Amino acid sequence: MIINHPLLGPRDSAEFTYMGDASLIDRPDWKNPQALTQFIDYGYMRDNPAGAHCELWYHEQGDRSFLVVTRDTTTHEIFSVELARDVARSRGRST
Amino acid sequence: MSQINRLSGGKIDRHQILNFTFDGKTYQGHPGDTLASALLANDVRLMGRSFKYHRPRGVLTAGSEEPNAIVELREGSRQEPNTRATTAELYDGLISKSQNKIGSLRFDLMAVNDRFSNFLTAGFYYKTFMWPSAFWEKFYEPIIRKAAGLGSISLKDDPDDYDRGFLHCDLLIIGAGPAGLAAALTAGRAGAQIIIADEDFSFGGRLNSERFTLGDQSGSDWTGQTVAELSSLPNVRIMARTTVLGAFDHGIFGALERVSDHLLQPAPGKPRQIFWRIYTKGSLLCAGATERPIAFENNDRPGIMLAGAMRSYANRWAVTTARKVAVFTNNDDGHRTAADLHAKGVSIAAVIDIRPNAPQSKDFEVIAGGQIINSRGRLGLKSIDIALPAGGIRQLSCGALGVSGGWNPNIHLTSHHRGRPEWLPDIAAFGPPAKGPAGLRVAGAAKGDLTTSGALNSGTEQANAWLKDLGFVPTAPDLPEAEDAPISITPFWFVKGCKRAWLDQQNDVTVKDVHLAHQENFVSVEHLKRYTTLGMATDQGKTSNMGGLAIIAELTGKAIPEVGTTVFRPPYTPTAIGAFAGRDRGTAFRPTRKTPSHAWAEEQGAVFVEVGMWLRAQWFPKEGETDWRQSVDREVLATRKSVGVCDVTTLGKIDVQGADAATFLNKIYCNGFAKLAVGKTRYGLMLREDGIAMDDGTTARLAEDHFVATTTTANAVSVFRHMEFARQCLWPNLDVQLISTTEAWAQYAVAGPNARRLLQKIVDPEFDLSNEAFPFMACANITVCGGLRARLFRISFSGELAYELAVPTHYGDAMIRRLMQAGEEFDAVPYGTEALGVMRIEKGHAAGNELNGTTTALNLGMARMVSKTKDSIGSTLSERSGLKREDALKLVGLRPVNPANPVPAGSHLMSKGDPVDAAHDQGYVTSACFSPNLGHSIALAYVKSGDSRMGEILRLVSPLTGFDHEVEVVSAHFIDPEGERLRA
Repeated sequence: MIINHPLLGPRDSAEFTYMGDASLIDRPDWKNPQALTQFIDYGYMRDNPAGAHCELWYHEQGDRSFLVVTRDTTTHEIFSVELARDVARSRGRST
Repeated sequence: MSQINRLSGGKIDRHQILNFTFDGKTYQGHPGDTLASALLANDVRLMGRSFKYHRPRGVLTAGSEEPNAIVELREGSRQEPNTRATTAELYDGLISKSQNKIGSLRFDLMAVNDRFSNFLTAGFYYKTFMWPSAFWEKFYEPIIRKAAGLGSISLKDDPDDYDRGFLHCDLLIIGAGPAGLAAALTAGRAGAQIIIADEDFSFGGRLNSERFTLGDQSGSDWTGQTVAELSSLPNVRIMARTTVLGAFDHGIFGALERVSDHLLQPAPGKPRQIFWRIYTKGSLLCAGATERPIAFENNDRPGIMLAGAMRSYANRWAVTTARKVAVFTNNDDGHRTAADLHAKGVSIAAVIDIRPNAPQSKDFEVIAGGQIINSRGRLGLKSIDIALPAGGIRQLSCGALGVSGGWNPNIHLTSHHRGRPEWLPDIAAFGPPAKGPAGLRVAGAAKGDLTTSGALNSGTEQANAWLKDLGFVPTAPDLPEAEDAPISITPFWFVKGCKRAWLDQQNDVTVKDVHLAHQENFVSVEHLKRYTTLGMATDQGKTSNMGGLAIIAELTGKAIPEVGTTVFRPPYTPTAIGAFAGRDRGTAFRPTRKTPSHAWAEEQGAVFVEVGMWLRAQWFPKEGETDWRQSVDREVLATRKSVGVCDVTTLGKIDVQGADAATFLNKIYCNGFAKLAVGKTRYGLMLREDGIAMDDGTTARLAEDHFVATTTTANAVSVFRHMEFARQCLWPNLDVQLISTTEAWAQYAVAGPNARRLLQKIVDPEFDLSNEAFPFMACANITVCGGLRARLFRISFSGELAYELAVPTHYGDAMIRRLMQAGEEFDAVPYGTEALGVMRIEKGHAAGNELNGTTTALNLGMARMVSKTKDSIGSTLSERSGLKREDALKLVGLRPVNPANPVPAGSHLMSKGDPVDAAHDQGYVTSACFSPNLGHSIALAYVKSGDSRMGEILRLVSPLTGFDHEVEVVSAHFIDPEGERLRA
């Protein structure tokens, strides 16, 4: 596969380490009264879509960026590639 | 007599004689020959024995689809089994052998299997060898393995290199027949960067095998002229002997170039094969078509081959399989074979065409509406039985038979992304799927354009379609006039009533097997394939799948397209594992990391162990020491008595900088780091988000905004990855930067009562190392040896007064020599990882054995470290009730009741009086060693509620080794439990 890195352009997937579902960005708030239940969902519950899937790829043999790659799991077509940091910020992850 | 079957003409160089052997006998051939063509020229029809029934077999094809002529090439370490004689390029000195026989090829003792064929039908594995079950592994399987048709390997290391390479282009053209060459000419002239690859050593595809003219040129002259023009274009890369094996994602193709397989041995510095990864914007499949046979009784005798192959041997290689041949066909193309061989002076016994309206010839007899119902000849074809249209049977003698059932487009690569082929009724074959791999177009016979003219035109058309997409100006090359005969075919797959009629000759699957599978309700094509093994050999059923589908279609009363097809998978042809591995073998499989003291340690005769790719000194044997324990005991005792030095460079070092560095570490470690003072070091425990301990190590604060975190050697990479995840994905707004400095610093532990005195000789005098000025857990940037920058940490893994001294890596070698020299007056010893391990067990420090991916802070006895006043990774889920059970495992020490007994790691613990079973398990030993300080074995173990069971006697058992004795639960801190030594 080729991943179109937002900063570095098209790179071979062999340079990356697959890091799982991009929902890992949405880490629950530890102060929430339901935190334990939320963390269990966060840690263990995953969707398994046949189709578009947002996932984390770590450019370990490159610039060390974490990327959010939206990929069709049935065809490997890649719809979008974003810096995970930008995605995290846009989802309101502050400090 | 030599080469009695050689004809005139052909693309061979008769001026050169190549000597080669087959089964020990010497033959001669010419450059341009394959092993198969040269053997046929020498009247060798019998080339192998079949997989299951050991029936005599010869060549079926003239290409890579060959199921039968599977041979062993070369000798010694270069011996290669299961290679197709039809693709093996002849060279002087080639040694080849037939496979799958006991005794000689002519009198194979295993041929008795053929007599028992009734017992060896489809599914015989499942039915025959079921009882008694214990017999399978010991009896049946070894016999079957020996009997089944696989070549042998030398068991020697392959002396040759295999390389991997990467190529980029605008357009990859797969196949260099008329379609591929026309496409290359079109795209090459337009200026696109193109690669044209063909598995053959000679470009031209079918043009090499036909007598067609292109304009006023012969096919091979036109090919030669076209290749010459392509070679002159700087934007064209021509790759012969290169098989494109698979279509992968996003325009990536795998291709195997056989650089040296046609040579006695590779030229110096050259690899045997190169596995190319080709990245292309567009791709064009021009892989041609493969002829398929018609099944009839005993259709597998040597001499019976595809009609197109027979024509290839005659036209390209100037070889006939016999002096008198016949043809069996359901289409006009079969008649070409008879015409071409007749033109070369070969006697044509007859053309048997199943079509009543078959075209007639003035040169040879055509039996229109005839069918072949049997063949004769034990080791090679002698005669055929023909059912005549008017009734009656005619026996016809001939030494070879060409069979044509029509042509299948080579759509293999278009199916690699699960594309489903589409039925083309005009040619009664499957064509490429509507939705194949993105960016793959198809042209020529692969698309179903079976005429030469059709191939040239569709190659040009598809190339121009790509040029348009890629932004080039399309060109219109001056294509020659070419053969454009209409395709006339009557679908016909097998002769009615035939039983032992072979569909898949490589896996010995007959028409009868397919009937049997259907009878047993294996009607889905995927089931049929697996039950009968039809199409499951290394040829992936290139010549056999269609026959099987046709029979199932007939049996189920469906049309062939409704039956469906199985899926082709990469690689297109069998590929040596060595080619995939490339140079990643032996020590090159992964890097070997050496510490800065490696050369020095080698001089000391150190024994090394691999840890996280690093080579670490395990112990340093001294003269007279014959057992590793002697060395390790000495190193431990000397260190605890005076001072020892150990290279700890391999521990991961992560530099953490930024205004929010402390906040960040507070989230990474379960214990607090925000209040760590500058100039201090703290032990940190890192949890996974699920609450399980991930890694531990010390972190030093060198400045308000500068920390150095250490990780264990094995987890250096994964911890860094984890921290980057937290930094970028979880807390993206923190002002913090990370960089791994593991390899930037050489680091040495100096441990023992004289550690300070030794270091005072190294550290520059302005730095006060007294206990008051530089107490336990202090850290500082210092200088050593008169101005060399260094870092000093007062931390201890051994439990002794200890420091770790870090200097820039390039000074690592000098530093170990200086330390040992300065330590001479204290009898300083170097110690390795074994002594390090003994001392940490004596001290009760957890390591990888204890942080084993199943244990929590509570198990480790560090529950109170998990801060409840802040958020850190893993803190919430470590609160789960299941992880906090009353009887949770706790880390304890163990001492054997009888001091003579060992306490082996991995043993399990049982309460006295309980049965020894999993239900009564009380825990297990994680780390164990002999303590030279205590004089007996000790261990660390996880025991249920272990912290409240001090003094209890437990049974230590290992049911596997029959081990069973008593141990006492004690504190894990065997040495200096108060910590007086390390604070001294």
